[in-house]
Amino acid sequence: MGRRVVRAFLFQRELTPIVITVLLFVYFTIKAGSTFTGTLSLSSASGYAGPIGAIAVGEVMLLVLAEIDLSAGQVFLFSPWMMYWMHNDGLPLVVAIVIALLACCAVGAINGLITVRLNVPSFVTTLATNFILYGIVLVYSNDAEASPIPLSGQTSFISQLMGSWRWAEILWVVAITIILTIVLNRTRFGVRVIATGGNLIGAAEAGVPIRRVKVWCFVLCSFVAGLVGIVDAVKYGSLDPGNFGVDYILYAVGACVIGGTALTGGRGTVIGALIGAVLIGVLEDGLTLTGVSTNQFFIWVGVVIIIAMALNVQFDRIIARSRSK
Amino acid sequence: MSASALPAQPTPPAANGTPALEVRGVTKSFGVLNVLRGIDLTLRQGEVLGLVGDNGAGKSTLVKILSGFHQPDGGEILLGGERVSFSSVESARSHGIETVYQDLALIPQLPVYQNLFLGHEITRLGPIRLLDKREMRKLARQYLDDINVNVPSVDAEAELLSGGQRQAIAVARAVRAARKILLLDEPLAAMGARESRLIIDLVKELATSDRLSIIVIDHNYAHLFELCDRINVMQGGRITINQQVHETSLEELTELMVSSYRRQIEEVQNAGA
Repeated sequence: MGRRVVRAFLFQRELTPIVITVLLFVYFTIKAGSTFTGTLSLSSASGYAGPIGAIAVGEVMLLVLAEIDLSAGQVFLFSPWMMYWMHNDGLPLVVAIVIALLACCAVGAINGLITVRLNVPSFVTTLATNFILYGIVLVYSNDAEASPIPLSGQTSFISQLMGSWRWAEILWVVAITIILTIVLNRTRFGVRVIATGGNLIGAAEAGVPIRRVKVWCFVLCSFVAGLVGIVDAVKYGSLDPGNFGVDYILYAVGACVIGGTALTGGRGTVIGALIGAVLIGVLEDGLTLTGVSTNQFFIWVGVVIIIAMALNVQFDRIIARSRSK
Repeated sequence: MSASALPAQPTPPAANGTPALEVRGVTKSFGVLNVLRGIDLTLRQGEVLGLVGDNGAGKSTLVKILSGFHQPDGGEILLGGERVSFSSVESARSHGIETVYQDLALIPQLPVYQNLFLGHEITRLGPIRLLDKREMRKLARQYLDDINVNVPSVDAEAELLSGGQRQAIAVARAVRAARKILLLDEPLAAMGARESRLIIDLVKELATSDRLSIIVIDHNYAHLFELCDRINVMQGGRITINQQVHETSLEELTELMVSSYRRQIEEVQNAGA
């Protein structure tokens, strides 16, 4: 029995963050009671977790490839601006959304192509795109807030689905998590992603089109971030050009790590990334409600990230050691 | 010019018509380095051809051209008498050519059965083509049993296997998928005696069944003499010696290699003078 529990934690990396999340939940419930478990509090926790999760679950695909996309946070912010501008220029809303999402896919494709064709490390490529997108938003918004956002605050089904309902965003993220989990673990494309990240040359020799696989993952990551970015904007009803995507992406990478994805390539868990995001959301909401200064939140996030990564590395060593016996 | 350097060897008439594979004047350079300087090679149907040569002679580069990994700068490749050109590993594979690379090309994080089916995954029918893991596991178990390869489990990740087991999986993958040509780049390196025997028997069986025509690179002459019908020696980016195994001996082959090497040195000296 005890052995089986140990094995479960060693091989199901998502278990550790799940347990920590549950423990945090219990702790905050005891401390703050119904204030914490109330709808308002839980929806604000999901409000923290939603954007982080949306960016993190796409990011996992790139971390499995041993690449990274630092621009996904800015794509998340850029996408609704694109929709807003297109709609203001008189295009129908559906067309505006489609154009915004295509623009996000284009950003992903550019990230990918520069990385694989010009051999620029993706860390640098996407760092640059992040700044460029931030600049575009500042320039074309004239540094002025945008509101109202189309669809926002309406009672129609479409409006509710696209973000007005308080749980819409987190449900989008959950749905995307399920889809990406299937893609990574149950499809030929997923095998190619793991193969490319696990042994780049070997995968190429075995006939995996490594460049194409990478470019598609960049596109996928940007698309997901852009899609939920629109939902997030509809939810809040306004856009602030000063929001900086790096804030989001650092939490997202943290969520991936907390969830059990190392940055070494070949391994990763999409579900873990979502759990990591939820953990961060619960932590932020709980600390706020229990009256702890929100500034402490950052200390705790840092501590959790370090512990999670250290556990991951140690678990790998234990597995390797037990196997070599 | 490369032909004049070849010692005259009687070429026996082709057993059954068109060769499985013909390479004519293939060249390849990496920057200023001329790795292949005009390769001429013939592989008959059902034949096992051994390829030997020093490190840097261009053996692996030749294999990587035949497998579609590299593209040649010049010359042509004929498959079953038809001119082909491979733009990628996938295109060579679609012509029925499979390769076992020196580095094995296994994915450490994937289980044995997924490595075995890498690039040939089985998917379930239906609108969303999900992997049929159960079928792949079953077939992998069956297949490895058939060819006597022992692994702890088909679910074990490749990084947990011994060097020999890994090699056996890499060979098994190529053998399973190959329809015409099998290219083996040092398939016996890092293998224990038992595992080498296994692979040698497997290759011999494939050869006698005439299902595949095979090119083997190896440094172990004992293995090559046991496995191959014919041996080609590569020196300095060319094939300099072409000998039927049953018409030669290790001593004769060594002698030929030494004299060919001398001739090359003289050629270079004369060219310099």
